[in-house]
Amino acid sequence: MNDLWEGLWQAARLVLSLDADLYEIAARSLRVTLSALVIACAIALPLAAFLAVQRFRWRRATIAILNALMGLPPVVVGLVVYVMLSRSGPLGVLGLLFTPTAMVVAQVIIIVPLIASIAHQSLRELWAEYHDLLISMNAGRMQRIATLLWDGRRALLTAALAGFGRGVGEVGAIMIVGGNIDHLTRVMTTAIALETGKGNFALALGLGFVLIALSVMVNLAIHWLSRTETGGRW
Amino acid sequence: MVSALLPMRATGACVHRRGKRLIGPVDLVLEGAGLTALIGPNGAGKSTLLKAMHGLERLSMGRIKWACGAAQAQRAQAFVFQTPVMLRRSVLDNLAYPLRLHGTPREAARAAGVEWCERIGLAGMEGRQATVLSGGEKQKLALARALICAPQLLFLDEPSASLDGRATREIEALLRLATQAGTRIVMATHDMGQARRLAREVVFLRSGKVHEHAPAAEFFDAPSTDAAAAFLAGDIVD
Repeated sequence: MNDLWEGLWQAARLVLSLDADLYEIAARSLRVTLSALVIACAIALPLAAFLAVQRFRWRRATIAILNALMGLPPVVVGLVVYVMLSRSGPLGVLGLLFTPTAMVVAQVIIIVPLIASIAHQSLRELWAEYHDLLISMNAGRMQRIATLLWDGRRALLTAALAGFGRGVGEVGAIMIVGGNIDHLTRVMTTAIALETGKGNFALALGLGFVLIALSVMVNLAIHWLSRTETGGRW
Repeated sequence: MVSALLPMRATGACVHRRGKRLIGPVDLVLEGAGLTALIGPNGAGKSTLLKAMHGLERLSMGRIKWACGAAQAQRAQAFVFQTPVMLRRSVLDNLAYPLRLHGTPREAARAAGVEWCERIGLAGMEGRQATVLSGGEKQKLALARALICAPQLLFLDEPSASLDGRATREIEALLRLATQAGTRIVMATHDMGQARRLAREVVFLRSGKVHEHAPAAEFFDAPSTDAAAAFLAGDIVD
């Protein structure tokens, strides 16, 4: 219990003393996760809408695989990305290993199935509601997808926030592909893991509390910007 | 305007679902102008026939042939469902949506939407979410959204079911304007008064088949089948 209070004190001290290291790794955490989120949304949301509106032979299998991949072990993703980006790997020539870009790649792989699955569940229901109307109006496939994405944006925001939550709290994969290098690839979660390993539980908890606060602030900011709780909007 | 699309000829048209025949075989010719009322008891296949003609139900047997190609025919049609489907957008965006689908510039589509809002008595409600409108307002909006592209043929599935007298009158006024503007209308209805007021011809369906197809005045004054006479007399007809 003392560790918890000490952790809260450390968190307040780090924030109030404008600790340069803290702000640097917090900014890097946000940069990496938000970059991964934008890329993952650009892939997952159209994919979810496509799976909702289009019937094809392997559709059910694709959805089942996508759902199964929600539980993708981050450490395994990290290992695969590591192998791909290592000097002897097929993408080694790009020199991306132990860079924030590699961390973004790993996070994208982890959160795409999560965002796509949650988005698909919502868009499938919306498509059931819109199906006859859009067919009747002769909306083309791309127009149907665009309509679902726009009209289902509230549910899609929830999917995106779930992806952000998974990404910002991820440690296994980015530790492997980023290497937790100070001033280069160290982020909040890898810093917490490092401090815990060193036995600095209070500092680790303090960083943890800052991470939680950061995550809550980003969620609130996105909700506020998109005005999801405004009455009568949907 | 109608001549490009009609006549439509349904020949031996059947729709089956899970092995059960919903309609058919239906032989029907649709031509001329005005409004055709599809009437018949519950389960007669009125909605299914409407959807089959519009291409929302796949025929299991037979065919439906238009004066133009099927794709061109479908583009010239619109459909209003019994339970209006509202896009999760504002009233104005709902009205502009079909125009935007067909490539009308955004400003022109919105201007047309504003004009239609006034025409259907929803002026001042352009920015309101369509999903929170009353049942009558939703039905008027759905009808206006169908008419905004000036379809040659409009299918209506019980447009005034569960609406009060005032909303029904407003819907009927819109339908009269549409027919005057040259839109051919095919409407399924349970409301015999409405069919008498609006229809030029009547198709009486029973057990998924066309039992009688006659000019409205002739049908209501002297139906040629016992079943139609019994239906008009208010008897229970299966």
